[in-house]
Formats: sequence, C-alpha cells, structure tokens
Amino acid sequence: MSTRLVSGGRLIDRTKPITFRFNGKRLKGHAGDTLASALLASDQMLVGRSFKYHRPRGIVASGAEEPNALVGLGEGARFEPNQRATTTELFEGLTAQSQNHWPSLDFDIGAVNTHFARFLTAGFYYKMFIHPRPLWKHVYEPFIRQSAGLGKAPDAETKDSDRYEHFYAFTDVLVIGGGVAGLQAALAAGRSGAKVMLIEQTAHLGGRAPVDGGTIDGQEPGAWVDQTLAALNAMPNVTIRARTMGAGIYDHGYVLGYERVADERPGTDGPRHRLWKIRAGRVITATGAIERPISFAGNDIPGVMLAGAVRDYVVNYGVSVGDRTVVVTNNDDAYRTAIVLAKAGLSVPCIIDARPLGGGALMEEAKALGIRVETGRGIAKVLGGKRVTGVVLCNMVGEGALVEEIACEAVAMSGGWSPVVHLWSHCGGKLTWDADQAAFRPDATRAPIGADGQANVLAAGAANGFGRLQNVLQDADVAGKMAAHALGFDAPKDAPPMGEDAAVKPLMPVWLMPQSAHYGLRMKAWLDYQNDVKVSDVQLAAREGYESVEHTKRYTTLGMATDQGKLSNINGLAILSDALGEPIPQVGTTTFRPPYTPISMGAIAGEARGEIFQPLRRTPMHGWHEAHGAEWEPVGHWRRPYCFPKAGEDKHAAVAREINATRQSIGMLDASTLGKIIVKGPDAGKFLDMLYTNMMSTLAPGKCRYGLMCNENGFLSDDGVVARIDEDTFLCHTTTGGADRIHAHMEDWLQCEWWDWKVYTANVTEQFAQIAVVGPNARKVLEKLGGMDVSKEALPFMTWADGTLGGIKARVYRISFSGELSYEIAVPANQGLALWEALIDAGAEFGITPYGTEALHVMRAEKGFIMIGDETDGTVIPQDLGLGWAISKKKADYLGKRAQERTHMTDPNRWQLVGLETVDGSVLPDGALAYASGKNANGQRNTQGRVTSTYHSPTLGRGIAMGLVLNGPDRMGEVLHFTNTEGEPIAAKIVSPVFYDPEGEKQNV
Amino acid sequence: MKRYSAFAVAREALRDHTGWGRAWHKAQPKKRYDVIIVGAGGHGLATAYYLGKNFGITNVAILEKGWLGGGNTGRNTTIIRSNYLQDPSAAIYEKARGLYETLSQDLNYNVMFSPRGVMMLAQTEHEVRGYQRTAHANSLQGVETEFISPKQVKELCPIMNIDGPRYPVLGALWQPRGGTARHDAVAWGYARKCSEMGMDILQKCEVTGVRTEGGKVQGVETTLGPIDCDKLGLVVAGHSSVLAEQAGFRLPIESLALQALVSEPIKPCMDVVVMANTVHGYMSQSDKGEMVIGGGTDGFNNYTQRGSFHHIEETVRALIETFPMLSRLKMLRQWGGIVDMTGDRSPIISSTPVGGIFINCGWGTGGFKAIPGSGWAMAELMAKGHSPLAEDFGLNRFVEGRFIDESVAAGVAH
Ligand SMILES: Cc1cc2nc3c(=O)[nH]c(=O)nc-3n(C[C@H](O)[C@H](O)[C@H](O)COP(=O)(O)OP(=O)(O)OC[C@H]3O[C@@H](n4cnc5c(N)ncnc54)[C@H](O)[C@@H]3O)c2cc1C
Repeated sequence: MSTRLVSGGRLIDRTKPITFRFNGKRLKGHAGDTLASALLASDQMLVGRSFKYHRPRGIVASGAEEPNALVGLGEGARFEPNQRATTTELFEGLTAQSQNHWPSLDFDIGAVNTHFARFLTAGFYYKMFIHPRPLWKHVYEPFIRQSAGLGKAPDAETKDSDRYEHFYAFTDVLVIGGGVAGLQAALAAGRSGAKVMLIEQTAHLGGRAPVDGGTIDGQEPGAWVDQTLAALNAMPNVTIRARTMGAGIYDHGYVLGYERVADERPGTDGPRHRLWKIRAGRVITATGAIERPISFAGNDIPGVMLAGAVRDYVVNYGVSVGDRTVVVTNNDDAYRTAIVLAKAGLSVPCIIDARPLGGGALMEEAKALGIRVETGRGIAKVLGGKRVTGVVLCNMVGEGALVEEIACEAVAMSGGWSPVVHLWSHCGGKLTWDADQAAFRPDATRAPIGADGQANVLAAGAANGFGRLQNVLQDADVAGKMAAHALGFDAPKDAPPMGEDAAVKPLMPVWLMPQSAHYGLRMKAWLDYQNDVKVSDVQLAAREGYESVEHTKRYTTLGMATDQGKLSNINGLAILSDALGEPIPQVGTTTFRPPYTPISMGAIAGEARGEIFQPLRRTPMHGWHEAHGAEWEPVGHWRRPYCFPKAGEDKHAAVAREINATRQSIGMLDASTLGKIIVKGPDAGKFLDMLYTNMMSTLAPGKCRYGLMCNENGFLSDDGVVARIDEDTFLCHTTTGGADRIHAHMEDWLQCEWWDWKVYTANVTEQFAQIAVVGPNARKVLEKLGGMDVSKEALPFMTWADGTLGGIKARVYRISFSGELSYEIAVPANQGLALWEALIDAGAEFGITPYGTEALHVMRAEKGFIMIGDETDGTVIPQDLGLGWAISKKKADYLGKRAQERTHMTDPNRWQLVGLETVDGSVLPDGALAYASGKNANGQRNTQGRVTSTYHSPTLGRGIAMGLVLNGPDRMGEVLHFTNTEGEPIAAKIVSPVFYDPEGEKQNV
Repeated sequence: MKRYSAFAVAREALRDHTGWGRAWHKAQPKKRYDVIIVGAGGHGLATAYYLGKNFGITNVAILEKGWLGGGNTGRNTTIIRSNYLQDPSAAIYEKARGLYETLSQDLNYNVMFSPRGVMMLAQTEHEVRGYQRTAHANSLQGVETEFISPKQVKELCPIMNIDGPRYPVLGALWQPRGGTARHDAVAWGYARKCSEMGMDILQKCEVTGVRTEGGKVQGVETTLGPIDCDKLGLVVAGHSSVLAEQAGFRLPIESLALQALVSEPIKPCMDVVVMANTVHGYMSQSDKGEMVIGGGTDGFNNYTQRGSFHHIEETVRALIETFPMLSRLKMLRQWGGIVDMTGDRSPIISSTPVGGIFINCGWGTGGFKAIPGSGWAMAELMAKGHSPLAEDFGLNRFVEGRFIDESVAAGVAH
C-alpha cells in the first residue's frame, strides 16, 4: 500500500486539508501536494492505461518527465485531457479521471491487447491490414484509431472559459531552472549588475538539492536556498518567476516561457496561462537532470518507480509508496533513496546493485542502517499485475535465472542521470557523449550561436553533466559570470559557495538487466511506458534495417509519446547501438524540438480570439454602417458592408435596390478601404513609370490616370487611379486588398534595387476617409453642400481638386468605377462620418442610397471594368484584358515588360476578355468553364474559356458575365457551352464586355 | 524478400520474430549504375521504383545524405488531395492520388492511405468564387469534388465552429477521396520494393559534386567516393539549388522553412482533413490521435530546418478560431522542413541544360500527395525522354512565361 506517513513532507501543509475527486471517488490531500503525491497518499497506485496494450500504469516519476500519470482534469469548459498528475498542484475541488480504458480503469477490455503482444510488435501494422483493401478504411483503421489516442477530446460546443495572455520581456541574462545551479548562476550574474531573469517550472525554487542532502557553505541546502533567494529578491536587477517553464529556445536569443499562472486556482481572476516571449543576451540552461529507468522485465508494473521520485515523495510530501521497497541501481545515488526510506521507518528488503563491487560511502551508510546490499545482481523480473508484489533476484551476468524471490510493494530504480539538454539543443547546440556517466551532455565548443556570432546559450550544473554539489555550484557560478561578462558586465571575483556531499563510486552503464536476458524477458522489458515500446521492439527494428535512430524511433514509436522520450530515449538508443554494434555517440540522438513539455494551445493563441482574433480594421463610418443594418463582408482585416438590407428585404433585393437607386438618382459608397499611397520626391515620376505600365511622369498636376501594375513576371497584380498632387507628389490608389502588399512592393524595389532614387513612400490609407458619391444627381448634392466648384468645367472627368464641402476640407476626385457621374471625396479620417452624414442629409430629397460591395461589383461589371482578383488570378496579363491601351509604348522599361515579351505571353492564341450573355438570360455559374472538343493527353476535357465575373444585372434585367475566352474578341456572337455542376451545360453568347453605356456618356458629364 | 501479411506476422510471433529479414539490404556503392537518383525522399524513391516497375531499369542507386525518408517526406502533415485548379496540376496530383489508393497492395506495405475526405473552407466571397471555379475545373479533369454548404461542413466536421465571428464558413470545396497516409511508410514501402528489385539505397552518402564532360553527365562525387552513371536524377527538394549548382546550372527556386506541429493524442474527434486558407491553417487527426497542424512558410529564406515561433502562434490562433476545443489541448511538438518554392508554386519535372541530368523539385509545401504520380512521371521522362504528365512542368516554362499558377484561390480582395 502507498500511504501518507505520519510526519515529514517539506512541501505540504498538514493543517490545510484538501478534498478532490479521482474517478468519482472522494479523496483527501494537503495544500502543497501534487495530484500525484495525493493519489499515492490515497493508495491510488494504478492511475492509467498505456497506449497500445492498455497495460496498467502507475506513477513513475515526480516531475515533468512522468510518462504514465496522465489524467483528464476538470469538467465542462475547464476540462483538459492528458494533464500530468506529477506537475498538477492539488486544489480544493479538483476532479480528475484516468484515461484510455473501457469500461473502467480497473477492468479494461483493451487490456486483451497485452495477450496479443506477441503479434503486436513494432511496426506490425505496416505488415498487416493490407488485404482486402476496403477493410482498411472501414474496419481496421477505425479500430486502430479508436484504440489509440489517450484522453477524451474536449467538448466541441463548449468554449474555453479561461483567459490567456502574452508578455514580452527583455533581459541580459535569462536563467532557466531554479535549482541550486540556477540560483547560483543568477546570483553571479546579478551581482555583476546585469539584468537577470530566472524562471522555474515548478512552484518551488531549490530543485533537487534540498531532497538529496549534503551541505552548502556548511548549511543544509534548503537553508542555503532560502538565503540565496532572499539575496536575489533584494536585487532590483533580478526577477524570479516560479511556475514558468522554459518551453523553447529559438534563433537570436528568443526564448519562450510558459507560466501556469492560475492552474492551481481555476476560476479566479486573471489569465490561466501566460506566454512569455523573452529576448535574452545570454541564456543559461540550468535545467537539471532526469533519472533513467532500467530495462528489466516487468519494469512497467505499477509500483516500479524512479529512485529519485520515491525519495521525493517521502521527503517532499511525506508519502510512502510501499512498506517494502526494493532499490535497484547501477550508481550510488539510489542509495540515498534507501537511506531516506530507512530513516522514515520504512523497510528496504534489498538494494540490488548491478556493479560487482557496489558503491562507496553511501553504500556503507546504507549497510550501517542494516540494509541488505546485493552487488553484481539484477532483477530478472518484477512480480505482480496491477501492482508490484515482489522481484526475482538474479545475477547481472547470464540470462536471468532465479536466485531468490523478494517480496515488496515497490521498486525504486536508477539507471543513472541524464542532463536535461533539450533547451540547449533546440537552437542548434550540440552534444557530446560522456562515457563515465553514460550520458549526453552539452558540448560547450558547439553551443548555439547568437546574432553576434558568439555562443549565446550556456549550460550549468547538472544540466551540464555535473553530479557533485561542489562541481554544480562552481560550474553555475562560472556560467553566471561568463554570461554577464560577455554582455559587458563584470562580476566581483568572489568564490562560489562550498558544496559538500558524499563521494561516489563510478556508475556502470546498464542498458539491459540481466545482461543476456532472454527474449521472454526482453519482450517484457519496457523502454517507453506510454507507447508500449520494449527492448525487443528496438532490437527488431534494428534487425529489419531501421538502423538510423530516427527510423527506429518512427518504426517503434519510441519517444513519440507525450513525454517525448524523457525517460526512454537514452535507454532505447543504447539498445539500438548494441544491436547495431556501433558506439552510442555514433548512433546519435533524435532531434530535440520545442516545447520542453507540452504547452496549452490557449496560451499560444493568447488574447487573440473571437472578435479580436485578428485586428479588425474599421473605417470612420463603420459605426454608422453597423447602426444601419449593414450585412458585413470580411475583406482582408476590414469589414465592409456587402449591402444594407431594409426590413423584410433579402440580400439580393437590397443589392438590386441599391443599384437602381444609384443608376437612377444617387448612391454613395464608403470607399475608405481603398489603398492610398503617397509617392513623393524628385524621382517619384521616374519611379512610377517603372511601377506602372502607363506613363505616369507626364501626368499633369491636378489630373488623374488609371494605372496598371504588373509583377516581375508580367502578370497584372493591381490597378487604381493615380493622381498627381504637385510636381513631386503622387497619390496612388490601390485595391483594398492590395494596399499593404503594394506598399511593400514599392519599398522592396526602392530599398533593394533603386536605393539611390530620391523617392519617399507613405501608406496613408487610414489617414483619409473616402466616399464615392455616384449617380446622375451626384453633382446636385455636392452643390447643395457647397464650398467648391464641382461643375463639369471646373472639375472635368479624371481630374481632382482641393476645396471644402459643407465646411469640411476635402479633396475631390472625378473618377468613376460605375459608369455614372461620380465623385470620390477624401477627407481627413476624423471628418469622414461628418461628411457621410452631411451627404445623407443633403441627398435625402434625391433618395440618396448607401450601397455596399456587391452593388459596386455589379455596377463595374455592367460597365465592363475589370476587378483584380476576379478577372485576374496571377496568370493574366493586361493584354488579355483589352488593356493594351494602358501600356505605354514610349517607355524603355517597366516592371513586367521583359516578362511580357516571352513567347507564351505574345502568343496570339490566348484567352482574352469578353462579355458573356446566356441564351436564356440566366446567370452563369461562378467559375464555369467553356467546353472545347476532345481531351488532352492526360484525358482531361479540353476547354476554351472561363467565367471570371457573373451577376444578375438589375439594370439590364438579366444575367451578365465577363470571361476569358480563347481569341474571344475575334469571336463575337459565337455561342459557347459552359459547365454547370448542377445540371446541363449552359449556352452563352460572346458579346462586348461593356454592357452599360458603351459610349461613356453618363460618367463624362 | 518475405511477404508481409497477417499470416506472416502470426507465424513470426510463434518464433519470437526471428525470421524477419531486412526491409532493404545494406549496400556498398558499385563503380557504375545506369541511373543514379540523388535523394531518398518519397519522390526519389518513387522515381526509382517506377523506373524498375514500369521500364525494367533496375541497375539503379539511390543516394541519400542522411537517412531515407528523413527530409520533407518524413516531416510533412500528409495531406493528400488532387483538387487543383490548373489542368497539368490536377492531372499529376490525381494520378498520384489514384496510385495511393492501391499503394499498400502494390508495395505489400501498409502505407495507411486513409481517404477520409479533405475540405477546403471558403470564408470570404472571394474564396467561394475561387473554389466554385475549382469545382468546375475538377469536373472536367476527372477529379471528384463538390462545393458544399456550411451545414454539410458542420455535419462532416462537428468540432468546427462555422459561425465566425470574424470569418464565418460560407462553404467548402470537398474532395471525398482525399485524405492522409503514413509518411514514413510511404518512403519505407518504396525503399523495400526498390531493394527487392536489386537497387542500392546508399544512406549517409552525400553527393558533393557532379561530373560532366562535353555537356553530358559522367557521374557524381560522394562522401563514399566517386560513382559513374549514364543518367542522373536530382530529387532533393530544399537542396535542389545546391545540387544544380554542382551540376552547373541555376534554378528558379527559393528554400524556406515550413513548420508543423502536433497536439497530444486524444480519442478520435475529427474524421476529415480541414484546410482554412483565409485564417491560414489546416488540421487533421492522425491514427495515433494527435491533431496534426500546419500553416504557412517563414518569410525569409533559410536552410536550418527549424522555424520561428511566430508562425506557430499565427497558425494555432487561426485554428482555435476554427476549432475552439483546441484551446484546451496542448502542443506536443513543433518542427520544420525546408521546402523548395518556385515562382508559380508548381513543381519542376524536367530535363536540364546538362545532358543526362533530370530534375524533380519545386514541390514546395505540398508534394507529399504527389509522390506516386511524380515518381511515375519522372521515371517515364528519364526512361523515354518524354512524359505527358511532366510535359507542362518543364524548366522552359519560366523562359516562355507559361506559368502554372495555383495561388489563384489566394488572390486579392477589392
Ligand atoms: C512541415 C511540412 C508540412 C507539409 N505538409 C504537406 C502535406 O500536408 N501534404 C503534402 O502533399 N505535402 C506536404 N509537405 C511537402 C512535402 O513534404 C514535400 O513536398 C515532399 O515530401 C518532398 O519530397 P521529396 O522526396 O522531394 O523531398 P525530401 O523528402 O526532402 O527528400 C529529399 C532528400 O534529398 C536528400 N539530399 C539533399 N541533398 C543531398 C545530397 N547532396 N546528396 C544526397 N542526398 C541529398 C535529403 O537528405 C532528403 O532526404 C509538407 C512539408 C513540410 C516541411
């Protein structure tokens, strides 16, 4: 039985009981417990089921490396699957459910898989389920999927009720990890005056040292930690954040921190998680080390735990994992566990040490406490099913013949410690194999490199491969000082604190126990507890030629579980290298990728969700539109009114009404989203001549010109009206979607190619509100507002003028995208609404009608004006659209000119712009293609054209369309047949694309 | 080579799996091969396989600088679809998709092709029109697709939020026989068959130089020594420009990091693949239960195979908007691959200025789905000098301006 001891537990507060539920059962714990320690204290040894065989799983570790104890935490909008019990702080009312079993944790049907384990070896599914083909999709795959997966999916219709936020920090030195190494590194760097930030993933600083013992400067490590923390807290240049994990290190000293702000007090104010984006001059990874399990048969039975974890549960939480614990080890450290257990009054029937001569001082101490030590021995197998009942002792050499059965409730194992090198490796830090400790540690000569070409990450302490306290502290001190020094801060030349702990005898690498374990044992010796990968699986992969460590990983799924192989990678690697007969460093590791442990998607997204998931751009008239029932259409980050339906009107009717009103009297459009870019400077004309196909340098001040822009490949990329403001200044209108892109395009050319041209650009899109006043009565309404002469003579078509309208300073352009008499009025953004409302008032007597994007589209199509993104798609050149007139023949060059001279571009047989009229007056489907006869070499139907825009025209009372048709302009009157995904092909006649007022009499008045 | 089947697995189980041989043999380089393929990614291996299978050319070596399948083939999010707009694209992707249907049987290796259906969401009017256009094109190209309503979207994918608020779902282009496959298995399955046909797969064999004489290829320099060949196929994705430079020509290719990520595994909750271009992210659920997520490329060229966090953030944000339940899942792992992008975002399958050298690259962010079709076409091109499927993907299209632009659906809004 695992249970709470009557005394002890440095992290728990026995005066504060906490009630929680596990699988519906009410259990008790204390403040300071983790869910794992509280479960163990309640004798809940079985906490889950493994992935593949549904084997019973118990708690193995006490920290982030835990592979087994994953639970579904919380309920409803706060439910979260796969939460690690060892890193979940206990709180009142916590509810948790175990995962991956049916019908219950204790009785799980899926566990039959374990009896088929012989068949379900590594990669079995690649070799099976091949025939008959249909069964894969309908039977095999659904079955595999159902049995895979761990936790339940959160409910789809319940929205996460928590908040998440992002913080940004800049620091000279970032220390990741708050054990004694991290604290000493922070102290050393902090004393130099550098700005220091220290983050620690757990709620407590101090790390392992207070559990492991020894002394620092003659005090207990715990006392030294308190004292050092006090010193750090007193430094204004040092910040410490607990519950904040270093999740990833990226290029240029960019570090991701993951703070679990309120996981232990759900529902309180403030965010649940906080994502820190930290820029650090130097990063020190003081991330400690993780203990390795040992591969022996039955090492996955609940009750087999890491020796360090067993010690943690006793010392930190006052929890015994069993009355009798067998310790099995290949190093001295595990003796500490035996000593702690014995001192707590618990029984240690035996310490099984694989080393022929056993250990040093700690072994003597254990023996002195009366603990039996067996050297040169191993565990052949663990006895038990859902919990440990004993172990079979055997000799290390040999196949595992029984020496003796030892009864026990728990096994504490230690295969040595591996430095946590994940963060070091994220950004390119390389590792070196330390044969003495049988572990990879950071290679300081091949560290991650920062923007200055210098190493910008340093590892310190146990994370750097040091085991003894003294070495750890010294290493950390040097790291702290070096980091500060590299940034120009000089630390006082003081000595690091003195650490003292027991001298140790060397470890003996043990990758398989016993050394020549037979197949029956090897297929029960687990490497990856969660994914059910065993020694025999890795050996099979090697035999089948999956020799690269990445192949083995992928073939067996070793290390691909939620713990990302924190416990299994090195052990698996060693088995592989043994199978291949290659040394471990030659086989290499798999790649370490962020995050160090999984981080919530919620934290990654931060506050950006719902309405503000992306910035919402609003025109100055946005509120008015909203108040007047606009039907919105997202256009980039803007929202534009699609139309303004009146009560009882559908969208279709609204659009028709808006068009009719505009064509017959007057309409108005919020055109503020159109891009407006100022191009200024002595070379502005020359620059625009390169950018546009047209000649812009000859445009007279006061005049407007419609211009086309092509990309380097000759394809039409944007269009708009350019107005020359004065000799040096142009205002370029772009499409709404094009504003930012075109501005960037301009800057690209100016900065990279024509850096010596005297041109300056500014995107002033949001500085102006722009309103199009459109229709035969447009002039009358403007005259009513008064303030400037808007007559045909004073302000002819394709000119502009500055003045005032209704008392508002305005720039008025005589341009038209509808074919009607039209003015586009630009006013400073803060005057936009006032002008809009003034126009509404002044236009009331003419029935002025605001219209939206759809009416805009239909009216331009009636007039045969092209729309970027409809008539163009990145494959269309201006020549295809009958816009050859807008290409200056006088210019030596413009962007796209050379490209347009290529053979395919000058091919006379291209698809070109025409109008299309269905024979029956219906509306052609969007994107329909015109059939041609026969099929191409790949068996596809040949085509000869396509619909680019298609609408019902209220003006003409019929369907109209624009399209690109092979040699279209030469084929007027011909009838083509178009695809119809809903039924019979549709016949349409090729006509002129200008359906409305072909002579242009209406706009030019 | 031993045939894989449930029966074989059962038999082996009774003798402790001692009877399984190597999936591919361990090879030493010969002095000369008829054909050398550089790059043991999916495209390189498939090229070799169809050279052997369709044309009986088996004196072939496949040279891989790392481990086979370790490039983008082993890093991608495995979406398979063929609902492309332009005819040449639809032809080759549909050929590939068709081959995927029977690939497990063909290779006697379960590649877990799962035609669970792929939907591409339309979240702007512009996208609606774009996908309708694709549906029309597909109907003539023999690609089965359909433009479906928001209601159908929700039925097919209940965990999706179709109501916005920013970009409500207006419909989707649905390809019922698109889906996913197990990426490693595709590489391994091809490798095993290539080996069975007697081809040599040389891993940890980096090509460091290309030998030519009189404008014709002679062989390659490698870290395992020089090897001669009659024909050379360069199929190295993100490193194509490096190899082309060794061979003495230049390519219109940029190399960018593309990233992906997975969540922790959860029980099945999503049976289709969803791509959302407006918000920019896509997601499917793997057979292991992880939500597999991808987004866009980094905005700068590089070769490091790791990307910036910024993109991960954008992608996750977009997907939480689309699938609110994601908020309470955790990201398990992120990674990146170097993708080879052409100016028109379409691949290159082509002869080159050097006689005997052929190139297959430019698959960019979406070439996993094409592997069988691309290998098929490349093999035909290398064996016969001509392939209808590859016809339009020649290098000369950049000279002629005959682009095959697939970025249409991502056009601009007015
Ligand atoms: C994150 C991500 C997600 C993706 N998602 C999808 C998706 O969902 N669907 C889809 O269809 N596609 C997707 N792709 C794209 C797809 O992965 C690639 O297009 C495809 O895998 C390319 O295959 P390949 O064989 O051409 O290249 P690779 O698999 O990269 O193979 C090229 C090989 O060449 C080797 N090589 C390079 N230089 C040399 C040399 N000098 N000597 C010897 N060998 C060399 C490399 O080591 C490598 O193994 C994605 C890509 C990424 C990175």
